[in-house]
Amino acid sequence: MEQLLVALGSMALGVGACALYFWGSNRLLDLVFPARSAHAAANIRRANLIRPWLFLGPAVIILTVYLVYPVLNSIWLSLHGRTGEEFVGLDNYVWLFGDDGFRESIRNNLLWLVVVPAASTFFGLIAAALTDRIAWGNIAKSLIFMPMAISFIGASVIWKFIYDVRAADVEQIGLLNAIVVALGGAPQAWIALPFWNNFFLMVILIWIQTGFAMVILSAALRGIPEETVEAAVLDGANPLQIFLKIKVPQIWGTIAVVWTTITILVLKVFDIVLAMTNGQWGTQVLANFMFDWMFRGLDFGRAATIALVIMALVVPIMIWNIREAQKDA
Amino acid sequence: MEGIAGRKPALIWAVHLSVVLLVVLWTLPTFGLLVSSFRDKDQLSVSGWWTSLTSTERNLVVRAPAPDDKGAQRQEGAFHVITGNVFDGGGAGAVSAFGVSSQDPSAFAVGETAVLKDGERVSVTETGDFRIEADQPMTGKRGQRLFVTVLEPPLFTLDNYRTVLLSEGIGRSFINTLTVTIPATIIPILIAAFAGYALAWMRFPGRTFLVAMVVGLIVVPLQMSLIPLLRLYTDIGIGKSYVGIWLAHTGFGLPLAIYLLRNYIKGLPKEIIESARVDGASDFEIFVKIVLPLSFPALASFAIFQFLWVWNDLLVATVFLGNNEEQLVMTGRLRELLGSRGGNWEILTASAFVSIAVPLAVFFALQRYLVRGLLAGSVK
Amino acid sequence: MSSVSLKEVGKSYGRVEVLRGINLEIETGELIVFVGPSGCGKSTLLRMIAGLETITAGDLSIDDERMNDVPPAQRGIAMVFQTYALYPHMSVRDNMAFGMKIAKKPKAEIEAAVSKAARILQLEPYLDRLPKALSGGQRQRVAIGRAIVRDPKVFLFDEPLSNLDAALRVATRIEIAHLKESMPDSTMIYVTHDQVEAMTLADRIVVLNGGNIEQVGAPLELYENPRNVFVAQFIGSPAMNLLDATVTATGTQTTVGRADGPAVVVPIASQASDQARPVRLGVRPEDLVLTEAEDALIEAEVDLVEALGETTVLYLKGANGGAGTIAKLPGIHPVKKGTRVRLKADPAKLHLFDEAGISFRHR
Repeated sequence: MEQLLVALGSMALGVGACALYFWGSNRLLDLVFPARSAHAAANIRRANLIRPWLFLGPAVIILTVYLVYPVLNSIWLSLHGRTGEEFVGLDNYVWLFGDDGFRESIRNNLLWLVVVPAASTFFGLIAAALTDRIAWGNIAKSLIFMPMAISFIGASVIWKFIYDVRAADVEQIGLLNAIVVALGGAPQAWIALPFWNNFFLMVILIWIQTGFAMVILSAALRGIPEETVEAAVLDGANPLQIFLKIKVPQIWGTIAVVWTTITILVLKVFDIVLAMTNGQWGTQVLANFMFDWMFRGLDFGRAATIALVIMALVVPIMIWNIREAQKDA
Repeated sequence: MEGIAGRKPALIWAVHLSVVLLVVLWTLPTFGLLVSSFRDKDQLSVSGWWTSLTSTERNLVVRAPAPDDKGAQRQEGAFHVITGNVFDGGGAGAVSAFGVSSQDPSAFAVGETAVLKDGERVSVTETGDFRIEADQPMTGKRGQRLFVTVLEPPLFTLDNYRTVLLSEGIGRSFINTLTVTIPATIIPILIAAFAGYALAWMRFPGRTFLVAMVVGLIVVPLQMSLIPLLRLYTDIGIGKSYVGIWLAHTGFGLPLAIYLLRNYIKGLPKEIIESARVDGASDFEIFVKIVLPLSFPALASFAIFQFLWVWNDLLVATVFLGNNEEQLVMTGRLRELLGSRGGNWEILTASAFVSIAVPLAVFFALQRYLVRGLLAGSVK
Repeated sequence: MSSVSLKEVGKSYGRVEVLRGINLEIETGELIVFVGPSGCGKSTLLRMIAGLETITAGDLSIDDERMNDVPPAQRGIAMVFQTYALYPHMSVRDNMAFGMKIAKKPKAEIEAAVSKAARILQLEPYLDRLPKALSGGQRQRVAIGRAIVRDPKVFLFDEPLSNLDAALRVATRIEIAHLKESMPDSTMIYVTHDQVEAMTLADRIVVLNGGNIEQVGAPLELYENPRNVFVAQFIGSPAMNLLDATVTATGTQTTVGRADGPAVVVPIASQASDQARPVRLGVRPEDLVLTEAEDALIEAEVDLVEALGETTVLYLKGANGGAGTIAKLPGIHPVKKGTRVRLKADPAKLHLFDEAGISFRHR
């Protein structure tokens, strides 16, 4: 209870400080350069030169400290030893490219990068196309979208329960093994199954991201002019042909956006692997690998190097995003 | 589209069925978790949650009172008798079979009489009453072992929730999570709204560069920032504190927030802002009195995003908050439980459900805004 | 031979009936125009013929074959949409070829059909462009080309000119007229709300209102001999003036008396039972001419003058502030606002409508 009060208090304080800054700084500016005085015109001009930076100040400072500085600092760290004191040149990179854990992480990450965005977009597209055609589609959408609200760790618990395994002679309480046994198979420890366990982990992220893909693609599908669909009906196309040849080509742009958004997410994914296997049984990924070196290996140099590899993988998407944004502006 | 002539009804049915299948696939995992969290912990560990509405067959081993115990044995006519109920030690249900040796625990049906080597006769009724009968007084320090097969009715209980909320520290973690989440949601919105307005409507050198920078920073993996910030925090003495994590979440959420709000604010009718300017309003007044109220939908959708993201975050909390009782958030607690109580599904399912209940409630209540925000960010 | 035949066709969405009892026979090679105010059901009727809307009552036949439940693509029709409905991701060539590709026609045949249509519509230089690189008029020509390639029995046009600017609209209208001439065996059904398009293009016009057919006929027949008040006012611009009157003498000619003007003898037959009946006397603005005579049909103060050069339109004040009349005089007239003018009309060009709005000539 006491902590709740502290929380409420600090919340009020934080928000208040923020509001006070914006109000106070603008007020100050108006006092220094009054708009109603002998030099009104000059004052307004001067105030207008300064005011944008009052608005932007906190954002620019925070972005710099929390995102720009870390990128530069990571580059510096990657050239230094475990505590960041001695300069080691490219040793960390040499170590990294020779390390088995890194090779495994890269292989798995590439697998994730191919499978998860593809599967999520695919299922999302199917779900969007189907739910748009039925009366209770909105309810269905809402339910498919729901996992989006669940934390990765919560989702991991949910799926670990599904993958649960018991000895062959007792009843299975994990749904997947229960089905396998009912079909006459032998129960498996799914998350310890080499190579395939990666896919069982990916299922979790696909399960979460399909709803996101569906919502966006559904909006895009609804944005397609109805007449083009009717024209295709008159041209004799069947529903599948209409979907593949008329609708999908018209929403390629949106599909690309969904795909890249999920790709970025996949690169950062860490919670699922940490919770399900902690990188054991050949499921290591870059984000968890980095976490390992940071907290268990306590080697900031190596961890920073791994982080830079993740960064390098998103740079192409970053450039593409900036280009797209500038095209709009 | 509804009215096109010559459509095949079979196709419509196929669509309905496929959607049902998708919905079931997507909700079943969560549903299973929810059902399980309300089940009795003994049933939960022996049977799948999909059987929770039917009775569960369980094998119990009970020991009858030892004949040497005082009052255990009494004489009825010519016989010496020990009676009792297999459920005396707890439980309920219907006995379907029993046995007297572990080799064959269900050798006898209810109502039958088992004759032991020493001539004692044992019978068990469906309600669990047993009777051991002998011609001579029975002796022994240990009672007869009885193996019974019991059909237990489904048991639902709130015990699991009581346990996790009171003794597993989930309650405390819940408050910790709230403490992290609320300021970490509001502060970035405030900062981003001002920045978004400046980037949308104010003229100053370097604007294009700043917009490009914001767009670029959206994709920077936050893994990048962890070590430099951790070192920075240690150097300047913030350490592992709530202020530290609020600012960290603000920093990580800010690029997307600025981008979304700038797009929205830029989409407001130019005439409104210009006419306010003609009326003599300063940028600060325009922002507070016109832009902020008009931007409510965008603010709301970003707020939901940031709330869900912070609430569900594990990484930032693990790095910037301690692992102690005062600071462990719910996702961290859940992860800890997965490690330490990995087999205790009654604890895990209830804890997981407590942790996802708030985001789910927010999701279902405010889904409309969430969808709108998603679309504003992705569809041009 | 009848190409398209509608028998008691109706359409309802649940309880709301938007079209009822439509009976229409369309001959092969005819260009028929559905015209009517927005919401009259003309587009719905066209879409029912196309198969884009189900028919909830009655029968539709094309070439004597019942088509109610036949899928759109197999009805032998092609449709041109108001918004062109071009596939934005396909080149002009692929847009036109799509239907034939779906039908798995041989390549050479597709190529021949596309180039023929492109030649007719002068689209040859644009065949490899995407629709977004074309102007509005070119896009509409591609849409028409797509229809031609399908070689349909019946062409359906759904307000094809409404998204074009005024100049292009006239040019494209003339193109469609030429197209019709070059394909004498094709039946065309054309929906518009613009009566100029209807009058200039149609062999016959179908006037729809509130889900009913008001009248079917050749353009000038509708103009000269409207069946009821609605058609009379809908065809012609400005709309026909209606003056309140009462029948005072019946016979082969009808005399009507008016509260705010002299009695008029109209050469339209009436029956004895019409005596003392309240009627409306219709006169088209372009049938009115200025006169000096004392017994002019209309005498009123000029409220507004629109001098267009080719014509001069006078808006006259009505009696007691009621609805005024409009006169459209050829050429230039130096009439000033506020002056009183007298107007007369050739009695043969007058119309009489009963209380139900039905023309006396059509009873």
